[in-house]
Amino acid sequence: MVAAPAYRVSHLEALEAESIFVLREVIAEFARPVLLFSGGKDSIVMLRLAEKAFWPAPIPIPVMHVDTGHNFAEVLAFRDQRVDELSVPLVVASVSEALDAGLVHEPADGSRNRIQTPVLLAAVEKYRFDALFGGARRDEEKARAKERVFSFRDEFGQWDPKNQRPELWALYNGRIHPGESIRVFPLSNWTELDVWHYIAREGLALPSIYYAHDREVVQRDGMLYAVHEFFRTRPHERPFVARVRYRTVGDASCTAAVRSTADTVAKVIEEVAATRITERGATRGDDRVSEAAMEDRKREGYF
Amino acid sequence: MDLLRFATAGSVDDGKSTLIGRLLYDTKSLFDDQLAAVEAVSAARGDEYTNLALLTDGLRAEREQGITIDVAYRYFATPRRKFIIADTPGHIQYTRNMVTGSSTADLALILVDARKALVEQSRRHAFLCSLLRVPHLVLCVNKMDLVGWSQSVFEEIADEFASFAAKLEAPDLTAIPVSALHGDNIVSRSANMPWYEGQSLLHHLERVHIASDRNLVDVRFPVQYVIRPQSTRYPDYRGYAGQVASGILKPGDEVMVLPSGFTSRIASIETADGPVPQAFPPMSVTIRLTDELDISRGDLICRPNNAPAAAQDIDAMVCWMDETRPLAVGGRYAIKHTTRSARAIVRDLQYRLDINTLHRDEHATGLALNEIGRVRLRTTIPLLADEYRRNRTTGGFVVIDETTNRTVGAGMILEAA
Ligand SMILES: Nc1nc2c(ncn2[C@@H]2O[C@H](COP(=O)(O)OP(=O)(O)O)[C@@H](O)[C@H]2O)c(=O)[nH]1
Repeated sequence: MVAAPAYRVSHLEALEAESIFVLREVIAEFARPVLLFSGGKDSIVMLRLAEKAFWPAPIPIPVMHVDTGHNFAEVLAFRDQRVDELSVPLVVASVSEALDAGLVHEPADGSRNRIQTPVLLAAVEKYRFDALFGGARRDEEKARAKERVFSFRDEFGQWDPKNQRPELWALYNGRIHPGESIRVFPLSNWTELDVWHYIAREGLALPSIYYAHDREVVQRDGMLYAVHEFFRTRPHERPFVARVRYRTVGDASCTAAVRSTADTVAKVIEEVAATRITERGATRGDDRVSEAAMEDRKREGYF
Repeated sequence: MDLLRFATAGSVDDGKSTLIGRLLYDTKSLFDDQLAAVEAVSAARGDEYTNLALLTDGLRAEREQGITIDVAYRYFATPRRKFIIADTPGHIQYTRNMVTGSSTADLALILVDARKALVEQSRRHAFLCSLLRVPHLVLCVNKMDLVGWSQSVFEEIADEFASFAAKLEAPDLTAIPVSALHGDNIVSRSANMPWYEGQSLLHHLERVHIASDRNLVDVRFPVQYVIRPQSTRYPDYRGYAGQVASGILKPGDEVMVLPSGFTSRIASIETADGPVPQAFPPMSVTIRLTDELDISRGDLICRPNNAPAAAQDIDAMVCWMDETRPLAVGGRYAIKHTTRSARAIVRDLQYRLDINTLHRDEHATGLALNEIGRVRLRTTIPLLADEYRRNRTTGGFVVIDETTNRTVGAGMILEAA
């Protein structure tokens, strides 16, 4: 951040400064914050911002991953490596364990997306987390476009879009009663392209599946899904090998790949700048359910 | 590339959603799947054209009622700038949203329908922008296609608006005749209105000069967090982290810390990327001083000869945002101001302002939802405050109900003593 003579900052520096401000506010005001870290690119950027916000002190809070048990091995390995490098404590909220304990039941369609929410909420209760950082961005989805940076959740973790706290200037109201919590989105104002520019600027490492590679896939609803132990191919679906990469990383059961030859950050930036389909639209089966799929899940306590 | 935040305001059906949809569409910020979803919904509703307005309707309740009810944020970029739009709805009952959206805006875009004279709502929007000190205003006279692209219609509305805005000390004002539906004067100059000699809306948004809107004179650095690693590598490190609210800070500068009044010098200004030779808004940095002082969150670093007031008696314009209980004289609330939290009691409601006529009602006893008035507060601890007109960061505060924890009001400081 070397200042230009005209006292200007670039848009990326302005976004970084705002996110760092938000991270510091929360850690100054809350008793037990936690940062959601999945090994996905947005959470990698968020973790980097947390590292910068408290430097030279270590990140003063733990990170948490809600592990559906259907994750890509490369991403889990990356998660563990990054957490080690930063020596931050990692809490894993395991959907598989919750299934074994009978807290949730395996949905018929094989997707564990929806049953993540009770597992997340149980972990919040167990560790008494009062603020949860998420890497969601407002450009991702229509309901998110209206969510506050500090998103108040009741004791069931639920979002009430009609009853949000007005958010003015940089004055975030984090007051809560016991049992309630705030979801905090430091990347609210970032776009997919901003995230990639920042990855390039910071030289951040990402799990390999974000870059073009050859993979066995099947085509479903116009999207390419990896043939994977957690993805049930249907009898008529013919696997084939394609050069693909992932734009978002979630559950292998509901996250699709896109055709791509972008195998470097610079090429990905070029591709994202030229792309004609939104990130979630291209890759997330979970958002395609209805016009209001995301809003409905958030009302139930989803991130 | 820099960043411009703008808020949009307009009465229902003036074409605000269409205009935003058009900006996104013409700057290629819309994706095929978003467009396809909108086309499908449009067709299902029986619209005769693709309703770009649907793009900005985020929530189920809104889609069902067909109206926009809350602030939504949109993003687009051109090679010159990244833009953040705070899309605020124009209903009478939603002053709250407009105040919210304008609080961080560099520019406000006010839309009027060319077929209507300036309605009360446009005056209200202009007033709110001036109250929130949005530095730039753009009046878009929309639906010019429906008035035969008439120069006199445009000029009449623009003149009336300008004379109203002048009373409000509104800052930089630009008026542009547009057709959001057909794209005239949105991205490029319209062939239908050769009489218009100004720039297209996007051209203006890309070039409007915002760098000098920041206050680079008064050094104000609210301390957010004290960084003390206490590690073997950094055993004695102590740094004050925060975001520069205004002014320029440099190593070697003499500074004063409030509320204690102690002075020291800046030893260094640091970031995770290394030390920087200066800090200015909106940078988030860590300041180290040459002396060991007892400084904590909520303190403020300034210059000895240019300090904000440390005040417990605060006069402010307050916009009330709570539907359940009005602001009442004698009421006690929590206040958040910069990184400081205090409690306050409402000593007096000097007047309630009718935002359509600007009439002051000195007999008012409370402020209900969406009402604005001049209030005197007494706080439990001093606020390190400037007038809002001089400093949007050290001059603004929010009012919080201590029982419900809801944000119930927004305050803009007029005087602090
Ligand atoms: N003829 C014409 N119609 C417009 C124009 N802009 C918007 N409209 C129409 O006005 C109506 C209201 O527009 P909308 O964008 O939903 O208004 P909002 O309530 O301000 O968001 C819609 O039927 C639009 O198609 C314009 O420039 N010309």
